[in-house]
Amino acid sequence: MAITFTVNGEERRVDVDPDTPLLWVLRDELRLTGTKFGCGIAQCGACTVHLDGTTRRSCVTPVSMVEGAEVTTIEGLQSPEARAVQDAWVGIDVPQCGYCHSGQVMSATALLEGNPSPSDQDIDEAMAGNICRCATYHRIRQAIHTAAKTLEG
Amino acid sequence: MTIHSNRRAFLKGTGAGLVIGVMLPAMAKAQQKSGAMAALATDEIVEGTFAPNAFVRVAPDDTVTVLIKHVEFGQGTYTGLSTLVAEEMDADWGQMRATSAPADVTLYANTAFGIQGTGGSTAMPNSYMQMRKAGAAARAMLVSAAADRFDVPAQEITVSNGVVSHEASGQSARFGELAEAASQIEPPVDPQVKDAKDFALVGTDVPKVDSRAKSDGTAQFTLDVYRDDMLTAMVVHPPKFGATLASHDATDALKIPGVVKVEAVSQGVAVYGENTFAALKGRAAIKAEWDESGAETRSTEQMMADWAEAAEGDGKEVTNKGDAKAALAEAATTHEVTLEFPFLAHTPMEPLDAVVEIRDDEAEIWMGCQMQTMDHGAFAKVLGMPQDKVTLNTMLAGGSFGRRATGDSHFAVEAAEVAKARGKGATKLLWTREDDIRGGYYRPLTVHKMKGGLDADGAITAWDHTIATQSIMAGTPFEMMMKDGLDPTAYEGAQELPYAVPNHRLGWAQMESPVSVLWWRSVGHTHTAYAVETFIDELLAKGGKDAVEGRLALMGEEQAREAAVLKRVADMAGWSGQKGFGLAVAKSFNSYVAEIAEVEDRDGEPHIVNVWCAVDCGVAVNPNVIRAQMEGGIGYGAGAALYDAITLGEGGSVQQANWDSYRMLRIGEMPNIEVSIIESEADPTGVGEPGTPPIAPAVANAWRTLTGERMATLPMVPIAQV
Ligand code: FES
Ligand code: FES
Repeated sequence: MAITFTVNGEERRVDVDPDTPLLWVLRDELRLTGTKFGCGIAQCGACTVHLDGTTRRSCVTPVSMVEGAEVTTIEGLQSPEARAVQDAWVGIDVPQCGYCHSGQVMSATALLEGNPSPSDQDIDEAMAGNICRCATYHRIRQAIHTAAKTLEG
Repeated sequence: MTIHSNRRAFLKGTGAGLVIGVMLPAMAKAQQKSGAMAALATDEIVEGTFAPNAFVRVAPDDTVTVLIKHVEFGQGTYTGLSTLVAEEMDADWGQMRATSAPADVTLYANTAFGIQGTGGSTAMPNSYMQMRKAGAAARAMLVSAAADRFDVPAQEITVSNGVVSHEASGQSARFGELAEAASQIEPPVDPQVKDAKDFALVGTDVPKVDSRAKSDGTAQFTLDVYRDDMLTAMVVHPPKFGATLASHDATDALKIPGVVKVEAVSQGVAVYGENTFAALKGRAAIKAEWDESGAETRSTEQMMADWAEAAEGDGKEVTNKGDAKAALAEAATTHEVTLEFPFLAHTPMEPLDAVVEIRDDEAEIWMGCQMQTMDHGAFAKVLGMPQDKVTLNTMLAGGSFGRRATGDSHFAVEAAEVAKARGKGATKLLWTREDDIRGGYYRPLTVHKMKGGLDADGAITAWDHTIATQSIMAGTPFEMMMKDGLDPTAYEGAQELPYAVPNHRLGWAQMESPVSVLWWRSVGHTHTAYAVETFIDELLAKGGKDAVEGRLALMGEEQAREAAVLKRVADMAGWSGQKGFGLAVAKSFNSYVAEIAEVEDRDGEPHIVNVWCAVDCGVAVNPNVIRAQMEGGIGYGAGAALYDAITLGEGGSVQQANWDSYRMLRIGEMPNIEVSIIESEADPTGVGEPGTPPIAPAVANAWRTLTGERMATLPMVPIAQV
């Protein structure tokens, strides 16, 4: 079945089983490999994308649901919040293995887009769905605060 | 590229000719996207690159690429080893790049194992001199080339930030400009390395080479490898350990659009899809019957009982100092504990995966390989090809924690079999999280039985200890590291106490089970540090002694480094024996780490608020990487100690399936962590694992002072019954 949606500002048409999780459409069909697979059951956040501006676990989102919607992946992040997050991530070397961080950056960006100066508790809540097996959490928290400060200007 | 005849002789002599042939297409002009910030090298090699040895490449565009023989899975080895090369070359950090070295044991063996592989926190220790010499050799050759070009004596030349200069004549050249000329210079036999006091980069927080690529989604993992006409395969694995495939029916699976093939392999039934979703659906539709005659059918509960019974005995003798049993009989006070540790899965963030492409008479593999030499051999053997026809590309790996280092190369074997059954073309084998959690290779289930004796003054006189656990090494190629039938990974950390106890006995009861077991971040120390450090804490408390002062009083000159980290951490935490504070110290992988945890009681469950950590790992090559490894090691150990167990139910099936039933530490459960590094000139030792052992006992000790309860069974928070 053909499904049309917008990915990173570009209209894309895919012809796949409508039940296919968005994650595998992004990766297998569109070769946007920044979005990762960790669990497939909405537990880890490695597959986080933005769907019409809010975070979404692409591993449990059938592609049929995004017909006509706007999807942003790590490859298409452009907002000032996203830049601030990524610069803060690099600035204090948050990633270890790095595999979870596409998802972490997607969640952190959405957090700052909605809440320019999150408290520790806001951060813990917004990031609770993103597992990091290397346990870089400590630096994630710090980097989000740094990004928030940069955005304040 | 031109190779001068001298160079050719040199390359031949060291086997580097092979590396050039095999490797060059896969490496290394730099990715320029992040400007001055160093990036991962990904593109093709260019003409005129200077390749002084197997580890260093200087390109005409002035980038210096370091070939890293160890897999990078988060421990920071790309950055650490590049720092050593940059240091000795006097390079500018911004020009440094890192890439993975090819699988080639003649060039890239781990000097600690004799094969190419990563583990036991050896990456830095075994590469420290090797990488420095590689950098020093490159520098010497660049200097010679400059001396020729400037027509001045080499001794008058200085190098700084990637620029080679002759001050008197005002001449200078960048590394890249000298690359081609340096290729003509004979490599020095024994290049001179710097004095530690002249280090400019070592000991500083240079930015990691891979942080940008790991923050913008461009870092390439095995999962990200897509080849033309690639199929994705998944395997239906046996439902119990030791079960084998009896028969299967693929009729329904083959009706699913996108499922192209189903094949029996030795580990189960492989289902091939045109894409991942087809493979997933196809696998779910396979009907399989299993032969369970050789399977483990005991539940965790039954195994714990069997292990505990074995721990009542003495086991094989490991340590026997004085007479622990006699001393126990004479003790004024005795203390006895039984400690239970469950199986643990590693669950690296990226599940196991590999891409194998079979061509006419050769194959190419992409995998986050931790034991290159063994996996390479396994691929070649199963594929029926000579090893030099099999190219193995080591990809960035999304974590390992020991999981990717298996003696039997079971995943490489499975990937090779699955690819071979498909035939020519590329096949990606992907394990799902369920395969990972149910797939074995666990930290062994372990029971410790400990008896201690105190005299009338509260001094510890007896320590009698038996550990019941499976062997990790027996039956694998690592068995050759066992002596007298003893597997040190079963009891390391408990055979010698850092405390003066006159009568000490340790025995190992070797347990058997079809459940496969493996090293899990810090290996034996995952349970021995817990046993030793909670037991000493309890004995000291019984004797009326403070946990810090009491430990220090039992440490001799040989424990100077343990004592130093202990004192440092006590200062950091403002230790005064406060309720809710607990400490532990452990030497592992030749590094010394002490941690203090501050714990709160949240609805009957421990919540770790703060952790202070002092580490002595010799020369701190990159303090930032060391701090990161301590933070990560603490989080990893804490999560498992608090929440995790793999359990077998009645009949022997694993009761957990995914991260919904195998609970991961999340951001709100991560403590604040402060790390302090002891200044040292000793050779660097490991940091990937040593942060993990002390955290669980520190938390248990804190909890005991807070609530009076001992935590004898892990995990600390009872797991939800499935
Ligand atoms: S892969 Fe989607 S939440 Fe884990
Ligand atoms: S950095 Fe490895 S899982 Fe997060």
